[in-house]
Amino acid sequence: MKEGYELIYKRPKTLTTKRMHYCPGCFHSTIHKLLMEVVEEMDIQDKTVGICPVGCSVFAYDYLDVDMQEAAHGRAAAVATAVKRMLPDRYVFSYQGDGDLAAIGTAETLHACNRGENFTFIFINNGIYGMTGGQMAPTTLEGQKTTTSPYGRDVAKMGMPLKMCEIVSQFDRVVYVERVTCNTPANARKAKKALKKAFEYQGKGLGTTFIEVASNCPSGWKCTPVESLDWLKDKVYPYFPLGVFKKPEEKE
Amino acid sequence: MPAKGYVEIAVEGCKGCNLCVINCPKDCLALNTSDTNSFGLYYAYLKNEDDCIACLNCAVICPDAAITVYKKAG
Ligand SMILES: Cc1ncc(C[n+]2csc(CCOP(=O)(O)OP(=O)(O)O)c2C)c(N)n1
Ligand code: SF4
Ligand code: SF4
Ligand code: SF4
Ligand SMILES: [Mg+2]
Repeated sequence: MKEGYELIYKRPKTLTTKRMHYCPGCFHSTIHKLLMEVVEEMDIQDKTVGICPVGCSVFAYDYLDVDMQEAAHGRAAAVATAVKRMLPDRYVFSYQGDGDLAAIGTAETLHACNRGENFTFIFINNGIYGMTGGQMAPTTLEGQKTTTSPYGRDVAKMGMPLKMCEIVSQFDRVVYVERVTCNTPANARKAKKALKKAFEYQGKGLGTTFIEVASNCPSGWKCTPVESLDWLKDKVYPYFPLGVFKKPEEKE
Repeated sequence: MPAKGYVEIAVEGCKGCNLCVINCPKDCLALNTSDTNSFGLYYAYLKNEDDCIACLNCAVICPDAAITVYKKAG
């Protein structure tokens, strides 16, 4: 500690001291940090239960110092449903990639949303299967090259990238939907606010809350972390617009 | 007058992603490219302490929560 200075920010205590295995600059890490800051600020560490997916964040339970439960690939929404129904006073979130939530787990995702299960989806959309080596995901952009779309995604054969916020907003019992990102400090602050709002709405029992992160994957995209920010700005945000798609009416 | 700040960056916790460096409004940070941590990664350091205004931008953007920020008291 420097003499004559006061501490104004340090790593949240709710994030373990373990070094995260994510690649440099990966927003999985940023979201872990912001989420744990929210848990620390809301003082809900012993009341929070997270569901891990299969994907790069399969080891999230090593870093997020709250109760965690692993789910089979794509099934996090079903597991979150069970946890929340058994323990309704807990803050429950599923943490899922795009391959997990929007490919193998589409059915679980949509039906949990349709039922209005009172937990929070944290959806990390990096447009690719990061963990398995950069294959095409349902969210891969038109023309984007991946190891399984080496000439770029051909939408005539592979369909259009799925816009999950736009889709889940249609369900009556989904109450809060926002797409956020972490490319700048201002946007990271907004992302944190959205995570906090989602937990607050969940605490009031309002219904399903869904936060999509327009995320990056420097390794899968074969670029540097700084270059990944350019791709986000030039390609991702125009197709996956940031902002609030749906929110409850606030009655104060 | 803006606040006077100071940051500490955990050498072993930093992955050299450069995101703090490009997001510091006062150009206080840089990557040390003449040394690596034990993971073989370049790490960021406070190259210009005088201009730090304790804005927290670097700490907010750092994916790995490797940055601690201080503000001059008073
Ligand atoms: C039942 C099953 N099918 C396939 C796999 C292989 N697999 C592991 S992770 C993954 C996709 C991960 O992509 P995503 O959910 O987008 O997460 P990311 O790594 O990009 O964060 C796949 C297909 C598996 N582990 N289990
Ligand atoms: S492969 Fe991609 S998503 Fe996975 S940790 Fe690395 S950058 Fe992040
Ligand atoms: S606190 Fe602000 S001014 Fe100081 S190093 Fe960090 S980003 Fe730069
Ligand atoms: S943002 Fe964090 S991990 Fe990246 S270079 Fe700066 S201190 Fe290191
Ligand atoms: Mg993915």
